[in-house]
Amino acid sequence: MEELRIGVFICNCGTNIAGFLDATDVSDYSRGLPGVVFSRENLYSCSEAGVSDIKSAIVENKLNRVIVAACTPRTHEPTFRATCEDAGLNPFFFEFVNIREHVSWVHKKEREAATRKARDLVRMAVARAALLEPQTPIEASVIRRAVVIGGGISGLTAARELARKGIDVVLIERERKLGGLVSGLYVLGPVPRDARAYVASLVADVRKDRRIRIMTGATVERIGGYIGSYMVGVRSRGKASEIDCGAIVVATGAVPLKPEGVFGYDGKKVISLFEFQDRLRKGKLRGRRFVMITCAGARDRERIYCSRICCGSAIKDALLVKELDPGSSVHILYRDLMCYGVENEGILRAAKEAGIRFVSYSKDAPPVVEDGVVRVEGDVMGEELAIDADVVVLASPLVADEGASELSKMLKVPLDADRFFLEAHVKLRPIDFATDGIFVCGTARWPATTRECAEQALGAAARASIPLLAGRVEVEPAVAVLGDEDLCRGCGMCAALCPYGAIEIVETDSGEKASMIEVACKGCGTCAATCYMRAITMVHYTDDQLRSQVNVAFEEQATRAGGAVAEPGAAAPTGAGGSK
Amino acid sequence: MAKCPTKVADSFNVGLGERKAIYLYFDQGIPSVMTIDEDNCRYFATGKCKVCEKMCKKGAVDFEQKDHRVSLDVGAIILATGLSVMDPTPLTQYGYGRIPNVITGLEYERLINATGPTGGHLLRPSDGELAHRVGFVQCAGSRDLNHCDYCSSVCCMYSIKDAMLGREHDPESVSHIFHTDLRNVGKWFQRYQIRGEEEYGIKFVRGRIAEIQHGPADNPVLWYEDTRTREVASLEVDLVVLATAALPSLDAKELAGTLGVKVDRYGFVLTDDATPSSTNVKGIYACGFCKGPCDIPESVAQASAAASSASTRVLGNK
Repeated sequence: MEELRIGVFICNCGTNIAGFLDATDVSDYSRGLPGVVFSRENLYSCSEAGVSDIKSAIVENKLNRVIVAACTPRTHEPTFRATCEDAGLNPFFFEFVNIREHVSWVHKKEREAATRKARDLVRMAVARAALLEPQTPIEASVIRRAVVIGGGISGLTAARELARKGIDVVLIERERKLGGLVSGLYVLGPVPRDARAYVASLVADVRKDRRIRIMTGATVERIGGYIGSYMVGVRSRGKASEIDCGAIVVATGAVPLKPEGVFGYDGKKVISLFEFQDRLRKGKLRGRRFVMITCAGARDRERIYCSRICCGSAIKDALLVKELDPGSSVHILYRDLMCYGVENEGILRAAKEAGIRFVSYSKDAPPVVEDGVVRVEGDVMGEELAIDADVVVLASPLVADEGASELSKMLKVPLDADRFFLEAHVKLRPIDFATDGIFVCGTARWPATTRECAEQALGAAARASIPLLAGRVEVEPAVAVLGDEDLCRGCGMCAALCPYGAIEIVETDSGEKASMIEVACKGCGTCAATCYMRAITMVHYTDDQLRSQVNVAFEEQATRAGGAVAEPGAAAPTGAGGSK
Repeated sequence: MAKCPTKVADSFNVGLGERKAIYLYFDQGIPSVMTIDEDNCRYFATGKCKVCEKMCKKGAVDFEQKDHRVSLDVGAIILATGLSVMDPTPLTQYGYGRIPNVITGLEYERLINATGPTGGHLLRPSDGELAHRVGFVQCAGSRDLNHCDYCSSVCCMYSIKDAMLGREHDPESVSHIFHTDLRNVGKWFQRYQIRGEEEYGIKFVRGRIAEIQHGPADNPVLWYEDTRTREVASLEVDLVVLATAALPSLDAKELAGTLGVKVDRYGFVLTDDATPSSTNVKGIYACGFCKGPCDIPESVAQASAAASSASTRVLGNK
């Protein structure tokens, strides 16, 4: 066997890591571990300088295993695997240790213990690295068809954009009509635009595109498969069908909260902003004195979040009223006016110029709606105001669609605490899911203006088009395999438990056996843990590899308890540790 | 770089530190290649020096390199020119440039950054002492009819983040954020604000700063009306951070003129709500802050949107 030459790189992450543990000590310590021939600290391992440093260290020291102790594999494992590959090393000879999220960030006030924990984790990684084996990614072909779930403006925009790229699209809408929430609105903001005309033009584009198949009155019943080859089971107007596709875009939207129990909502004189829009559109708005209350059911204990669009919508509607009837009076009671950006702030100024009154109230002293009058402790004036109102309008938040929960289970993608879909990374991957081949846009993700929905929809179409147009994808080879077919008794427990439908029981010459669909497997390990015959092996996470980590974790503790190993900082191998 | 005799203010550190005339833009800059600042290099000024050329063993320094024009035939152009920030000197009530311990949000970012000029310690400009008491002034130039009448959108959140970082670096740090509306409208932003208040001890004060005075020991003194209590009060702090208005990048208007792209009166690229990545010129698209204030996730989503529009065009389907 080839001699082990392990290199260990300890990332300082500026002060993110090195500020809370002794990175020099960890680096020096790791040099004394079996098989380690090289160790070094990097200020930022992921920077171009850090990466090229690792690369040249691999070449110069003939490293055949590389360990980086840094941050999260979610963002940086691909970076360092690519670094290994560039240096001529199989990327699966790379091992990541997370000493930021798992150590420095959570042990900010325990420098010594944090350093010790980082040592433990690196030691465990070294043990595992010794047993790593080269792997090659699994390739799979991609069906050039996308399923878009949701026929509101986001889904329509995404479907149209995908079709324009030459991709077949199946658009699935739960209602019998396309258009979603916006088709029930009147005028969109902040730049006034006719809601129905906008929806109509989108629907017309989608209808005339022969690449788009529209299914209305359709519900998704089950979803199986993986990137490149998903199966979406749909029931449309009583008939069940299956659609094969390579990628899925989730555009299921959100619903306006009906503010029952909030500020005396009765649907007649105290109505929601959406009902107000409806009356405006139908010309059925009665009254001349209007009081609008924002954050009606939002930014409270039950719904912590701000729904982003209500302030702007309320102001836009208040301006419509003033335009219709300049003599009317409109008060907007608010906590913070969320008029972010250029256009929202612009309509806020216009509203003030139009004579719309703004009264700020505090969360602790909310307005009280009585018959025909709203009482509010205007906190800027410090006096209670009694404002006469013919109609009270409640600007309530968008809330997650109830169907989101079930759909998320079928897609095996998560929801956040507010029941909106949770993207792969809230900052850096806002329209991807962590699961490959599934994307999200519009208010299914978070409340958004129509412009923001359109942006996200175009973005989701772009993201989805990458595998669809490439025609092939590479899938992580860390999957379950039937390591020992003779041991398998074909009991089917693994197939029954697999959350991804990646195992089937097949008849072979030697009886019934499990058969793995590699591309569908996510490597969760449920099957291997279940198999009482130990016939299943997890590639890249073998029992031996994991056991080696556990063994060394406890070994050190035993010696430490016996006082045989020096504490960090006391006498590190080169004496450099603890110098700070 | 080590041997270069010329030191100039480091523009990456918004002038807070120094760099040499031959320099790396910043540690994580891409490409990671040294460049020579022609305006400040001794050789370009006097015709003598070339120390860097002599020192470089790999012969990578080339004084003969010239700018050259490149013509590219392309099917689409994406504008992603980002933003610049307002120089707060004209906001004379805040004393920027006059009171030493009044700095901008960007300057704070460099001070609190591990690779910044102070190694991540919040050392204030006047005496290099650690600043414990920090006042954040929101809407410095934004939502101001005399300067930028729009909302810069990102300052409420970054000030909270900066105040949190301050507390993480220094347990004695106390930050006051003086705001008008707190516009934290993005995903999980309200939770972040609550965390800032409850776990990091940030004090939120609703009120615009009327004036900052030069107090004893170079401490800035903030004068304001707390609009919740309707009291005029003052607060002495070690350091003031101005959340300065965000503007389109400096040459955005010129670039737009060259391309024939329409911009609004501030210089932000105009796009339609229904086709939000397309400019008025066919084949030219835009994303990010050059279209108007937006945060990172919005910029990322918009970038994918612009890429989509451009690729649809280039792929020849529309």
